[in-house]
Amino acid sequence: MGDLLTVNNIEVIYDHVILVLKGVSLRVPEGGIVALLGANGAGKSTTLKAISGLLRTERGDVTKGAIEFHGATIHRHPPDEVVRRGIVQVMEGRHVFEHLSVEENLLTGAYTRRSGGETRRDLDMVYGYFPRLTHRRNVAAGYISGGEQQMLAIGRALMAHPKLMLLDEPSMGLAPMLVAEIFDIVGRLNREEGVAVLLAEQNATIALKHAQHGYVMESGRIVLEGDAKTISENEDIKEFYLGLSGVGQRKSYRDVKHYRRRKRWLS
Amino acid sequence: MSVFQQVLIGPLKDIGSNPAFFGEVVIGGILAGMLYSLVALGFVLIFKASGVFNFAQGVMVLFAALTLVGLIERGAGVWVALAATALVMIVLAFAIERAVLRPLVNQPQIILFMATIGLNFFLEGFGEMLWGANVKKLDVGIPDRSFMAAGMQINQLELSAGGIAAILVVVLAIFFQKTRIGRALRAVADDHEAALSIGIPLKTIWVVVWSVAGLVAIVAGIMWGAKSGVQFSLSLIALKALPVLILGGFESVPGAIVGGLIIGVGEKIGEVYWGPLVGGAIENWFAYVLALAFLLIRPQGLFGEKIIERV
Repeated sequence: MGDLLTVNNIEVIYDHVILVLKGVSLRVPEGGIVALLGANGAGKSTTLKAISGLLRTERGDVTKGAIEFHGATIHRHPPDEVVRRGIVQVMEGRHVFEHLSVEENLLTGAYTRRSGGETRRDLDMVYGYFPRLTHRRNVAAGYISGGEQQMLAIGRALMAHPKLMLLDEPSMGLAPMLVAEIFDIVGRLNREEGVAVLLAEQNATIALKHAQHGYVMESGRIVLEGDAKTISENEDIKEFYLGLSGVGQRKSYRDVKHYRRRKRWLS
Repeated sequence: MSVFQQVLIGPLKDIGSNPAFFGEVVIGGILAGMLYSLVALGFVLIFKASGVFNFAQGVMVLFAALTLVGLIERGAGVWVALAATALVMIVLAFAIERAVLRPLVNQPQIILFMATIGLNFFLEGFGEMLWGANVKKLDVGIPDRSFMAAGMQINQLELSAGGIAAILVVVLAIFFQKTRIGRALRAVADDHEAALSIGIPLKTIWVVVWSVAGLVAIVAGIMWGAKSGVQFSLSLIALKALPVLILGGFESVPGAIVGGLIIGVGEKIGEVYWGPLVGGAIENWFAYVLALAFLLIRPQGLFGEKIIERV
């Protein structure tokens, strides 16, 4: 399968001085799910924002490298142009329009779609994937639960008919059952609608369960990449991201303070 | 007569003894209030869509009125002049987006606010340069006559102003609630980063909202201008719009209207009936005291957006 998105050795600088990404490269194949793992502040969100063009609203700038989507360079385009081309970011922390109703939120997602006739069908499609939203369609989005807001944010992005969805921490602040539910739906969207997903997550276990390929970031660099299976079998990943000890059982919290292992990719 | 009687009973007795006069006072208040509302409306539109408090709204009213009068004086027909003024306000919106807002994107709110203060002075000087600084009479063809109804004198001009303001509000409400652009405007007001993330272009939204505010300014300019002549004190009515906004809520279109009415009626009644007790001039401070009281009791205003807090 061809590459849908190629991020080629980009460098991102905030406020003209703060170097945040130091040469990040990654690829998302057509119709694939790719996980971007890493701790807080590793640069996952910055990478996603560099792709979607939201970076500039935070005074960040791609200073080196290139981002290509369908073979065309996109990192100079404003966010609305990127959306029109088929990339939608679902931001960390949900960011629903609190004072708009659930349905109005979804309708704003269709802003870039000119043809009004399809909107009705798209709404039904979103409600089909997220039946919970159906009952809440006239409620102000500020009043629905966190899980429902996350579903709404994904549904809203879906209304723009993306070919690639950038999901930033969809598991944040949600109960494990809800997280599982949301990831299952994302998996279905990927299979049934053919939406490729680039997924930034701290919850490596669930991200690697759904992704085919993974990248691990640390302080603005990609330190490891491979298919999901290889990554989840990497000893370092087990130790630092999956919370498993060397033999593969769940780690006892008794040993938590003793990190005997050094990260091999450092040094 | 005790102080209590003087303050509470006396004026009410006056009201009861001449209901027709009271009616006139109330209607006068409503119509003055409508004009405050129109100015406040311009503020609300821009604040709602961009979170910017546009200090220059009052001057935009003046600028619109000056342009209109200038064109009519140079021999343009009323409708042609009106269309040309509308065009000027839309061009102005594009220019403001390009020259003021776009370079300042992502700057703190206070910087945008200061930019609108600059805009205020620029427009004032520019308007004066183009059209001169004399007081001008604006005649748009609505007769400034009064007629009697139910024993009350009603001014035809003020009545038309009220009617036009009402229509404007209905149109704006539909625009915000039902149209794609209107929805996008509210989305931007709520969370502009999220709005960007789903492909709503801020540039377009800003131009639209400043254009609409400009058109509202034309209507406000016509009404005020027809009433008291087009002059530079017109830009000061912006100060009266501030308490209206606090009362009605900064984000609410109906709030601007109701707030304007309450202040218009309140200050007229206060002036006529309670004014003599304190030596007059209640009209000048009534609005601000009311706004202050509202800030203490209900800071988001009557119709302001509820501050949604999830726990």
